[in-house]
Amino acid sequence: MQLEEPYIELNNVSFSYDHTSVLENLSFTVRKGEYLGIIGPNGGGKTTLIKIILGLLQPTSGTISLFGKDRHDFKEKYRIGYVPQRITQAEKSFPATVFEVVRTGRIARLGFFERFTKDDTDAVERAMEISGIARYRDTLIGNLSGGERQRVFIARALASEPDVLILDEPTVGVDIGAQKTFYDFLSSLNKEHNITIIFISHDIDAVSHETKTVLCLNHNLVCHGLPQDLLNEHILERLYGKHSQRVPHHK
Amino acid sequence: MLEIFQYDFMIRAFEAGVAIGVIAPLIGTFLVVRRYSLMADTLAHVSFAGVAIGLLLKINPVFSAIGLSLIAAFGIESLRNSRRVFGESVLALFLSGSLAIAVIILSLAKGFNANLFSYLFGSIGTVSTADLWVTVSLAIIVFLDVVFLYKELFFTSFDSELAEASGLPVKVINLTIVMLAAIAVAISISIVGVLLIGALMVIPVIAAMQYGMSFLKTLILSVIFSLISVIVGLFASYYLNLASGGAIVLVALIIFLLSLGFTRGSK
Repeated sequence: MQLEEPYIELNNVSFSYDHTSVLENLSFTVRKGEYLGIIGPNGGGKTTLIKIILGLLQPTSGTISLFGKDRHDFKEKYRIGYVPQRITQAEKSFPATVFEVVRTGRIARLGFFERFTKDDTDAVERAMEISGIARYRDTLIGNLSGGERQRVFIARALASEPDVLILDEPTVGVDIGAQKTFYDFLSSLNKEHNITIIFISHDIDAVSHETKTVLCLNHNLVCHGLPQDLLNEHILERLYGKHSQRVPHHK
Repeated sequence: MLEIFQYDFMIRAFEAGVAIGVIAPLIGTFLVVRRYSLMADTLAHVSFAGVAIGLLLKINPVFSAIGLSLIAAFGIESLRNSRRVFGESVLALFLSGSLAIAVIILSLAKGFNANLFSYLFGSIGTVSTADLWVTVSLAIIVFLDVVFLYKELFFTSFDSELAEASGLPVKVINLTIVMLAAIAVAISISIVGVLLIGALMVIPVIAAMQYGMSFLKTLILSVIFSLISVIVGLFASYYLNLASGGAIVLVALIIFLLSLGFTRGSK
């Protein structure tokens, strides 16, 4: 079987903050079309890992390639869409409409002083349509529910027409009923729109049912492979118990 | 023609007032949504120290105010980025620090207290032809900066982490906003006054925010409110012999209260 093109490659990546080691020698590859769930305990380095991939944090050691280029040479930021975790109070009172927020997703494709064009507006409208928020176009983001606001941020990420979508705890603040619809939506993005998805979750059930591959992270890589092979009691004990240690890397 | 426009100093006050009325809420909006409202007051106090230095050294106080507040803007952002001091505390540091400098200079040179009073509360008689030129040209520069960098300013204000992940130089843009605020404040203090410029940058903005409109429309409405405040305030200042800064801010405050009542009633 021919392997798909590697989109994100980490080689021996470590990160420490104030002499505390957060990530140790991580090596893994995310390929085109993957639907990867990242699980692990709080403080296990999940968000740090995402921030390193996004270039918001610099690794202490190791190398990262994005779409075949070293991260320092990678300029096409729009290829990675990012949906952050928080649905903060600040955003609730920010005077901006759904359209204005989603349109920020196009900025990575534009240069300084460059103005939005018809193409940008079209991409924004499409992203809102796909995400099911087109009817809220002119609504202030503060007037939406948690689940709707989450979709605004996904539409924002989709507006840049990315190849990879990274979501950090996307279901926090989304009620249980809406979560199912939400996972179906992610799944259709992966299957129908061919978008590679990486999502962080504490919800092990969701990860094992929805994703194609799972990566278990607790400072180092505890496991990486198919959810049905990995998510047994043995691994979970290693992941969340005191004696988590590295196991062979599953390909 | 109205009697008020027979005086050159009044025409200059109106011209400078309109320039300030446009840029104060324009920059103010970005400060308010970043929860950085205190920035305007801080820079105003720095400008005041700049004015004191200018009067002491007998150079145009508008120039020394602009110079000192630009230096302070740079200092504030550097200190904030170093994360050795909390954002809010950095502002408190510069606010009281520059006031201390101004007070020391005042007590060293006792001759110009009356003149300094007009910088505290704003005066329509203080705008010289040279000041008008500086004010209008700098206001145009600030205005064009906001127009051309609108999408970057909006994005970093909305979510600086997302903006950084999209490849925007967030630190440079943050510094730009603070520098633009420094210029806007420094050129405004002669008419509006040190103690009240913060209000002109914030009150029209929070009044406009009551209407729940898009960011762009809120920005435009805040400029309209600010212009009404400046024009009505200058008329009141002339005919009722009031300090212009106080009159302008009072009008802005009335607009805010009306907006609050109006939008409450409609909800």
